Amino acid sequence: MYKFDFSFLLERWPDFLNGAWLTIQLTVLSISLGFVVGTLCAVARVYGGRPLRLLVGGYVELIRNTPLLVQIFIVYFGLSSLGLKLSAEVSAVIALVVNMGAYTTEIMRAGIQSIHHTQLEAADCLGLTRVQTILHVVLLPAIERVYPALSSQFVLLMLASSITSQISAEELTAVANNVQSDTYRSFEVYIVVAVIYLALSLLYRLAFKAVGLVIFARRRRLGTAL
Amino acid sequence: MQAAPATSATVVRVTNVVKDFGTLRVLDGVSLDVARGQTVAIVGRSGSGKSTLLRCIAGLETVQAGKIEVCGHEVGRPGKVARAQLRHDVGMVFQGYNLFPHLTVERNITLALTLVKKQPWDAARKKAAEVLRLVGLTDKVSSYPEQLSGGQQQRVAIARSLALSPQVMLFDEVTSALDPELTQEVLAVMEDLATRGMTMITVTHEMGFARKVANQVVFMHRGKIWESGPTSELFARPQTAEFKQFISSEL
Amino acid sequence: MIQLNANHVWYLIAAAQWTVLLSLIAFAGGALVGLPLALMRVSPSPALRTVAGAYIQLIQGTPLLILLFLTYFGLGILGYKLVPLVAAGLALTLYAAAFLGEIWRGCIEAVPRTQWEASDCLGLDRFQQYVYVVLPQAVRMAIPPTVGFMVQIVKNTSLASVVGFVELARAGQIVNNSTFEPFIIFCTVAAIYFAMCYPLSLASRFLERRANAGRASH
Repeated sequence: MYKFDFSFLLERWPDFLNGAWLTIQLTVLSISLGFVVGTLCAVARVYGGRPLRLLVGGYVELIRNTPLLVQIFIVYFGLSSLGLKLSAEVSAVIALVVNMGAYTTEIMRAGIQSIHHTQLEAADCLGLTRVQTILHVVLLPAIERVYPALSSQFVLLMLASSITSQISAEELTAVANNVQSDTYRSFEVYIVVAVIYLALSLLYRLAFKAVGLVIFARRRRLGTAL
Repeated sequence: MQAAPATSATVVRVTNVVKDFGTLRVLDGVSLDVARGQTVAIVGRSGSGKSTLLRCIAGLETVQAGKIEVCGHEVGRPGKVARAQLRHDVGMVFQGYNLFPHLTVERNITLALTLVKKQPWDAARKKAAEVLRLVGLTDKVSSYPEQLSGGQQQRVAIARSLALSPQVMLFDEVTSALDPELTQEVLAVMEDLATRGMTMITVTHEMGFARKVANQVVFMHRGKIWESGPTSELFARPQTAEFKQFISSEL
Repeated sequence: MIQLNANHVWYLIAAAQWTVLLSLIAFAGGALVGLPLALMRVSPSPALRTVAGAYIQLIQGTPLLILLFLTYFGLGILGYKLVPLVAAGLALTLYAAAFLGEIWRGCIEAVPRTQWEASDCLGLDRFQQYVYVVLPQAVRMAIPPTVGFMVQIVKNTSLASVVGFVELARAGQIVNNSTFEPFIIFCTVAAIYFAMCYPLSLASRFLERRANAGRASH
């Protein structure tokens, strides 16, 4: 019978904490930037001219039909061979942002297109410019509509960040790899890390719920869906 | 009570406008003059083109031929409109109210004031309070549209357009989506506006309102103006068979 | 350092066969485990629902990479030889089962209540209701998102490279280690993945549109 041995935790728990902290930092940054990129692209996709729409469409299809691992390799190893040497963490963020941006584009596009054209007409008749209409009438309701999908995508990104361990970004999975090669308690180490990721997933979901309550004032006051 | 008598300034001039939707000709050579302070009611069956005419005047649709001038600006040709300037002069109220659901009543009204007219916050909020008083909804300033009845939402929509101090207000079947008991409160607001001298063009099914408040009535049929003239005369002496039929069916 | 040449590209394409194999294993395994999971999720027994639900939450809250490591080392503990293909196949099966189970549960629940009632009134028992009335309709609804999920499976096989399985991503690393042209190589690898995934994405969208059109015309 296999003897489970979690004693490595007594010594190494700071490492896990540091790894988790870096995971959080990496992913919060990537989620924020990725969201901005995705929203801009979604706006371009819905309101832009044909060449812009095709460009964004191409970007989205390219990212969504290739693995994140390969995207990370292209950024870290590929760009370095072209002369642009980036650290593992910076490469990780770039790859995650580009990846997040593509998925966010599709989600936000659905949200923006769900805003009825009569809302746009009313804004037009009040004299709002295109940009003002997008900022004040379209974006917030669109985000509110697709918020559950966005939250899920954000959590998925956090889980996917484990892949950046492959270019030695010192996040949680990389810590796990290091500890297990030191202690040879591989199975236990990965169970610990799996539990930490589960806890992070829960934490992220709660955080997004809280953020949602803060920015969607109407929902907070009335409790109804848009 | 009739609206204030018209002055000489022509606020809206429509000349021989033709509008197609694909192969369908919706407006077939329509001409109309609206003088300052007048209230014009456009009536007719569905499909007669009356809403389309209103939307063309509002600059929401382009026309294939003819000319529309609103407060001296030409409207309806792609690129020819100085949109922002047009919006200052024309206020539009829709059948579906089209309030912004994620904003409070006050913010719905102050949005254009702060963004388009670039007014400072205090001035905007004061104006919002003023127009809400005009439509009788002062206590709803912090409510969200979904907390209001249909009639209240429509009155807020009117207030929202009024806040921009337009020279002419357009109403597109604004009571058609309302329950009968809510219609009266909206018509009362419109009547009050007319009395205060606002130039108004309203597409409506409410014949009672048209008779009571409008100076001029325009009957549209199949994309043309079939009959038009001063209210009392038009209803008293209908000239065409179509209009006679329309009046009797609306009663 | 060797010059990058056509042989390398053929090597990559050959490795892609293993990607396809692993994807098929993952899909077959995932479907085999996913269907019972979906049925458990909609069963009247709260115990079954909870167990299936817990499994799905667990898998969906863990990175696939960690899952891979767990199966790889877990198999070692159980005394099996550490074979990358088996570990990867198992991990991807567990992963696919959770997601397919959720997708299919959604489709079963989307079959209108009235279908259950009508078949019940005709005297069919629960098993017959499933087999003859509910599942056929659920299956029709499930095809577009299932095809869409195939894309995820294909992309996720790239992680099998981490436990040493030589599929397309690993082949790219191997070629890179001898030619040191990472940009061209990994872009080529990406292009091959794209060639496999994009048709699936298009198919999924096409099927979705056709399914909606059919529904609208009723």
